[in-house]
Amino acid sequence: MIVAEDIHFFYPNKVEALKGVSLTIKEGEFIAIMGQNGAGKSTLVKHFNGLLKPTLGTVRVNGVETTKTSVATLARDVGFVFQNPDHQLFSETVEDEIAFALKNFGFEPEVIEKRVTWALNLLALTQYRKTSPFLLSGGERKRVALASVLAWDPQTLILDEPTIGQDHEQKEKLRQFIMQMQIQKKTVVIVTHDVEFVAECNLRVVLMKEGKIVADGLGKDILTDPALLELSSIVLPQIAQIFAKLSTLGLPKDIIDIYEAKEIILKAQESGLRK
Amino acid sequence: MSVFDGLRFRKVYSPIHNLDPRIKFVYVISIFVVAILFYQIIPLLFLFFLQIPFVLLARVQRQWLRSLRGASFLAGFIFIVNVATTYFTSGYTLLAPNVENAAAMTLRFVVLVESFSVFFLTTSPDHLGLALEESRVPYEFAFAFTTAVRFVPVLAEEAQTIMDAQKARGLELEKGGLLKRIRNYVPVLIPLIVSAIRRSLELAEAMESRAWGATKKRTNLYLLKLRRGDYALLAITVGILVVAIYVRLFVPIPTITQLL
Repeated sequence: MIVAEDIHFFYPNKVEALKGVSLTIKEGEFIAIMGQNGAGKSTLVKHFNGLLKPTLGTVRVNGVETTKTSVATLARDVGFVFQNPDHQLFSETVEDEIAFALKNFGFEPEVIEKRVTWALNLLALTQYRKTSPFLLSGGERKRVALASVLAWDPQTLILDEPTIGQDHEQKEKLRQFIMQMQIQKKTVVIVTHDVEFVAECNLRVVLMKEGKIVADGLGKDILTDPALLELSSIVLPQIAQIFAKLSTLGLPKDIIDIYEAKEIILKAQESGLRK
Repeated sequence: MSVFDGLRFRKVYSPIHNLDPRIKFVYVISIFVVAILFYQIIPLLFLFFLQIPFVLLARVQRQWLRSLRGASFLAGFIFIVNVATTYFTSGYTLLAPNVENAAAMTLRFVVLVESFSVFFLTTSPDHLGLALEESRVPYEFAFAFTTAVRFVPVLAEEAQTIMDAQKARGLELEKGGLLKRIRNYVPVLIPLIVSAIRRSLELAEAMESRAWGATKKRTNLYLLKLRRGDYALLAITVGILVVAIYVRLFVPIPTITQLL
């Protein structure tokens, strides 16, 4: 459980990136933080594992204030996967890369071996075990970065722009993977611009603008509110756009799920045929 | 990164910023030469204070102080090594002139840092490139130099991101003895170097696709022209040099220990 209470954050150049943000993320929640560039999304999530400490206010991770502990301690519970995998890959083999964090946390060699095998398997990387991470493609490198965090099985997972540069198939795999983590009652926080991805996942959405939270609620409600999204320079998901245009026919507006959309359209067609 | 902060150019306008970079460079080199000429504390102190009007005129005092703070570790190191070597070679006695000599050597280093810091704080990379070109340095080299200077802050930011990414994987940079600490930086340095190389290749491709080097004879939109302020600085520089050489040759300089 992560609780942020009225946090303000100033960068050394005196820019106030967060202007009083309060947010509670419960255990097992799946939440997307959205907003335009410079809204403070990355700054906010960097508070969740102590990389940044609030200038004012408090952040508590499982009841422990982040200012009173180290990043290494917090990282044990809060895994953070950075946007660009090239900012972390440095080992000679994929295997070593994944073992890096495990060694830092002081796991036993046998446990490390087991965890590495498990993580490689989970992200379909087993064939690259002895390959240099620098020889892999962009999407594969991103998966190595993800595997290197998942290996220590943190309770909370923060993903910064996980869908950038991923093809549709990889995105779908990622979505299924997050769903799988949901079943295991893990907390997942994603920072993203990818409105279609968020629409497909049906989760809690926190909308940010200029260092403040402007909306917090179900994706279904927030991603179908044109006024709210325009405020944050986000375009409606395509399905919501269609239903916004069709609302004159008496169809509901708050639809972002493909299957729900299909049902409604089929029903409308049927009743239309009857007339 | 505080040492780099003192070398990072920020866009502000002041009489010093508007000076011709070539003349400023001549000035910095002259200060450098004069600092090397003297090994007594009094002229070096004089040189130290000589820079302060420039700093104030350029309104870069905060960044300038930061660069001095960044250099303080190395300065302390120089002082200690100097004191220690004279201590051991003069039969384990701490003599006042030796300490003074060590202080003078440290001050010499500080003077060098402060003058270079003033130069880089008040000269934009564009001006610097222009100055190099007009001093007949081939354009390729001038360009490479200005690009390198321009990418320092970018790399510094990238280094910060990489450190964050590795800290998020449980890396503790400050843990362990000296050797262990140096080794802790391997996971930061490798991604940094790899990404710098990748970035430079991308930059080269992007530049070539925009026809870099298509014409052999380049002309510049802006040209450097010496103005009144530049001649004044040149006169001051020559004055400093003449006085310094005269003093060095003909005036005996007392040390502080002698004065006491």
